[in-house]
Amino acid sequence: MPNMSLTKVPMPEDAPEIRNKNFEEVALGYTEEQAKEEADRCLNCKTRPCVNGCPVGVPIPEFISLIKAGDFIGAAKKIKEMNLLPAICGRVCPQESQCEKYCVRGIKGESVGIGRLERFAADYLLAHPEETAEKPKSNGHKVAIVGSGPSGLSCAGELARQGYEVTVFEALHKAGGVLVYGIPQFRLPKEIVQQEIDNLKALGVTFETNFVVGKTATVDELFEEGFEAIFVGSGAGLPSFMKIPGEEFSGVYSANEFLTRINLMKAYKADGETPIMKPKKVAVVGGGNVAMDAARCAKRIGADEVTIVYRRTEKELPARLEEIHHAKEEGINFQMLVSPVEILGDENGWVKGIRCQRMELGEPDASGRCRPVPVEGSEFDMDMDCVVMAIGNSPNPLISQTTKGLETNKKGCLVLTDEDALATTREGVFAGGDAVTGAATVILAMGAGKTAAKSIDQYIQGK
Amino acid sequence: MNKKELNPTVTLLEIEAPRVAKKAEPGQFIILRVNEEGERIPLTIADFDRERGTVTIIFQLVGATTKQLGAMNVGDELSDFVGPLGTPSHTEGLKKVAVIGGGVGCAIAYPVAKKLHEQGTTVHSIVGFRCKDLVILEDEFNAVSDVMKIMTDDGTHGTKGLVTDALRELIESGEQYDEVIAIGPVIMMKFVSKLTKEFGIKTTVSMNPIMIDGTGMCGGCRLTVGGETKFACVDGPDFDGHLVDFDQLMKRNQMYRPFEQEKDCNLLKKGEEANA
Repeated sequence: MPNMSLTKVPMPEDAPEIRNKNFEEVALGYTEEQAKEEADRCLNCKTRPCVNGCPVGVPIPEFISLIKAGDFIGAAKKIKEMNLLPAICGRVCPQESQCEKYCVRGIKGESVGIGRLERFAADYLLAHPEETAEKPKSNGHKVAIVGSGPSGLSCAGELARQGYEVTVFEALHKAGGVLVYGIPQFRLPKEIVQQEIDNLKALGVTFETNFVVGKTATVDELFEEGFEAIFVGSGAGLPSFMKIPGEEFSGVYSANEFLTRINLMKAYKADGETPIMKPKKVAVVGGGNVAMDAARCAKRIGADEVTIVYRRTEKELPARLEEIHHAKEEGINFQMLVSPVEILGDENGWVKGIRCQRMELGEPDASGRCRPVPVEGSEFDMDMDCVVMAIGNSPNPLISQTTKGLETNKKGCLVLTDEDALATTREGVFAGGDAVTGAATVILAMGAGKTAAKSIDQYIQGK
Repeated sequence: MNKKELNPTVTLLEIEAPRVAKKAEPGQFIILRVNEEGERIPLTIADFDRERGTVTIIFQLVGATTKQLGAMNVGDELSDFVGPLGTPSHTEGLKKVAVIGGGVGCAIAYPVAKKLHEQGTTVHSIVGFRCKDLVILEDEFNAVSDVMKIMTDDGTHGTKGLVTDALRELIESGEQYDEVIAIGPVIMMKFVSKLTKEFGIKTTVSMNPIMIDGTGMCGGCRLTVGGETKFACVDGPDFDGHLVDFDQLMKRNQMYRPFEQEKDCNLLKKGEEANA
């Protein structure tokens, strides 16, 4: 008999007032019993609507059935047939707008906790590693991957499984891209990312860190070195600012800088060498996952008051529901329908406040969301000593600028000649993830990496 | 590969980095970490040898990381060394250039002067230091300059005065330059730019703001140039001196000073241990 409870088995978590002072992972994960109990809520529908909601097509009812049967390793392997990085996806996917959105159980009550179960199975496999995966026999073809974020990792994994000799080039000193510099420890422990990267290394993938493609070597030079195809998964790395007065004051950070100092450079640790200011009152501008991450980090490095400033209403917040929920629990303030017009500074060039105006929602715009319209005369000031801009990123120009024949659109995103194959305007160069779409999610990038791997295989085999 | 203490506070390291050496051009920079926990710091490339596969950096022992770096010896290995980053200095088509170097900035000005000299440009170099003991690269500059002026604040070497005094004198004596390239303390670049603006001479300055990644990702190195926000790491580090907002940059560069000065600053502690 299925478990007919209308709600998910709750995920164990540390109390908000304890966890908002440390960087330990917030959601602690299911126990074996909890996982089986939640798995029993799945009705194993023949129509599998959940699978249609998954960008990489994970066989969801099948892996949940294996959890029900207690075959946790089998469940993880079932997921890995379609998704090489389940421990990461189980933690950071916006399940409520993907698989869980279509779950039949969600019509009345809560959907099955698919993400939680995915995470459980993946963690179980990481904790009970089998004999190291046999390195596939090389097929003699070399492929270069630019960027070691989610799209690059999934592309590398898929190609390595098929025997390609894959080298991943990473500009920073550590592999993982946004998974290590952006997403904080308390949401995605870096040890998990490292384990997934080690698994790829076991498959034969080589990682070259401190290598900026476009600078250390260009795409053309990589071809000269014998790479037959190149996947560009360089992400959306150029932070956007609002172009309002005062953004150059000390104490104004891009979310990238703020998060990189904390996550990648470990500025939060007592022995960290990279400095970060110790702000007291922080405004985070934006409403996505990055804004939630920045706000929760600010709280954890000791800020007394952290306020999310967003120009639409709570309903339109693009962040995952779980992140919004966690942020509220941890005492983050939410100022909705508010948009900054100026950052105020003192005579030494430090931030001392932020001038905002109230907004109201107007007609829907091209994106289908209601356009925020300023309310005349509604300006007000808030005292702040730090402002973090989390309003998105545009793609990094280093590769397109240094590669002949690689076209970009007005926003700087790489142009595709074949959208399904993710082929760029340059032969042998494929691209996916945020470098093509502009800032999006980890799972969409992983899906793109996987698609590109298939195209690269076809391209090389067809030569 | 090689280590030289140029003066009590300025050290030269020649580092084996064949991939960086292969591509390096004057005006570009590298980012390094001394050790696994270290911060990432940008340093402009002072010289490179493609055949030996080495890159030379010259730095002043100012902060904790540069102190750790200064404590390294031949045979030691840096944790990370990435580059070359930034856009190379534009030198094409220049017939006559005044190269101004201030203090340790001379280390960055030198490769530019050298490249200009090698391509047949007439080079007038003006280098300034606080005093005789701090003078670096004098012979090197002499070898690539058609006119060479050394200025010191206290007159203990060369002429007493500022680099702007020497530049004004040269310009007023009728020298005509296609361009002035000024590299040194922000305040020096500010006043050189002010002077050349008076005479309408195009001026390039090299910026050295706070950075993390050096590839455009963090935006920490942003500065205002001609009213627009630019990232020094990808748009620079060279900019038009007449358009840069120097005062703003000086304030931004002070941002972490209070943290480094705190007694419990981890970086400084480690820097001091490294030098002990």
